Amino acid sequence: MAIATLDRAAKKGVSAVQEYALISGRAIGNIFQRPFYGADIITQADIIGVGSIPIVILTGFFTGGVLALQSASTLAQFGAAAVTGQLVALSMIKELGPVLTSLMVSGRNASGMASELGSMMVTEQIDAMRALGTDPLKKLVMPRIVATVVMLFFLTIISDAIGILGGAGVSVFLLGQDSSQYFHTAYQSLRYADILQGLVKPLIFGLIIASIGCYYGMTTRGGTQGVGRSTTQAVVWSSVLIIASDFVISRFMIGIFGR
Amino acid sequence: MSQTAIVTEPEQRSPDEPAVVFEDVSIGFENKQVLSNISFTVKQGETRILLGPAGVGKSVLLKLADGLFRPDSGRIFVFGDEVSAMPEEQLFKLRSRIGIVFQEGALFDSLTVRDNVAYRLNEERVPEEEIDKRVIQALRFVELEQTLDKFPSELSGGMRRRVAIARAIINRPDLLLYDSPTGGLDPITSTTIIELVIKQRDVYRTSSLLVTHRLQDAFTLVSHRFNREANKMEPLPEGQTDPQTSFLMLNEGKLAFDGSTHDLVHSDDPFIKEYLS
Repeated sequence: MAIATLDRAAKKGVSAVQEYALISGRAIGNIFQRPFYGADIITQADIIGVGSIPIVILTGFFTGGVLALQSASTLAQFGAAAVTGQLVALSMIKELGPVLTSLMVSGRNASGMASELGSMMVTEQIDAMRALGTDPLKKLVMPRIVATVVMLFFLTIISDAIGILGGAGVSVFLLGQDSSQYFHTAYQSLRYADILQGLVKPLIFGLIIASIGCYYGMTTRGGTQGVGRSTTQAVVWSSVLIIASDFVISRFMIGIFGR
Repeated sequence: MSQTAIVTEPEQRSPDEPAVVFEDVSIGFENKQVLSNISFTVKQGETRILLGPAGVGKSVLLKLADGLFRPDSGRIFVFGDEVSAMPEEQLFKLRSRIGIVFQEGALFDSLTVRDNVAYRLNEERVPEEEIDKRVIQALRFVELEQTLDKFPSELSGGMRRRVAIARAIINRPDLLLYDSPTGGLDPITSTTIIELVIKQRDVYRTSSLLVTHRLQDAFTLVSHRFNREANKMEPLPEGQTDPQTSFLMLNEGKLAFDGSTHDLVHSDDPFIKEYLS
């Protein structure tokens, strides 16, 4: 009995991964096929990108600020408070900027995609779309993936910049550090490898957020309760995958660039 | 009702070629068999009414005909093309010849009535003036041209169903699939919807497959015709039924009946007798 349950669960898991791969693969493959839904990409970019700017600014600013606040006191014990700018800049650009921005966008947009597409599934709107001759993977999923990948890239840059400014604000106005020293150490410590690492991550995270959100939306079953379940699972799984893939990408990048 | 023409263009189809053919079709979901060895034909210009208790697989059968589901076994042909074996890309093309009215209408809730009805034309990049003309024609057919800028949530259940019919007929389909078009509606609104189905059948001779579990609607369909002069439906003379309309009945996933109205009402099958009583 236990083996049968395990067997069923394993089959369900493998089938879910297969379905996820098919939905994501076909949606991405549709980028190069006609008709091209450019207007839908712009609409989604507005919803996902422009709509997320306020939360990304707030998150970035306070993350940079608290990073400066916490690290300055520790660094001061070693007489290294002067490198606060370096620590904030490297942490924001390599890790916290991409990861926290992605987690915020995931909470806001993976849930939105899952609930919107899920509602369309349970009210037969997706079937209606197919019946009217439109591929929902092309019309609904592809624009969300493209928009999320592109906009998360720029949102991460905004978050990095605001985070460094937040750290500067705390360092200068609360900790009494010199602003030119802060920005000088921050700038001097950065290498192209750090920037590259910080900009590759949002591309992968954007793909994860949109594909997971759309996958849970497109596989929603069971009415409004099913929509709620899909929404929760989309946020949980996209967040977990962002953090897990962050580790893998970091390890890979450190392996290549040595930092 | 206005008679503004939505003219069906009988495009390159052989008159003898059936509109729909099911050959030994079976399908199941999650280890539960839903339909078993279903075989029937819908000839061109014919209307087939699919009866059966709730949950017997009527909607599944309709979605199979539109290629929205694929059968586990058996073959399905629509206008000679095997939909059960066609890739999705080719199905999209075939579906331009098929109109479907979903159970709850399935209108896009974020689009206005105009954009819902025009959806297919917008996708085909038809010029705006042409779209406006055809949307108004289709909405006039269902007597809802005043709802152009409303959203589906602002319409009643019956109006939503009529908009769904307008959306299904805008592309002048050769085959119409109706999934319980009167389900959950009051008797007066149901009669309005059935009148539209009869009008489409008698005026434009569109082949159709209609799912219902309401016997009253089914017998209205076979016992009435559309009078073009009076622009309304009227009963056929006593004892007459529409020769182009016949019945299919599902029971426990199997086809329990396939035949004319006369054969249905005179059937000795205990299930059919009980269903009709």
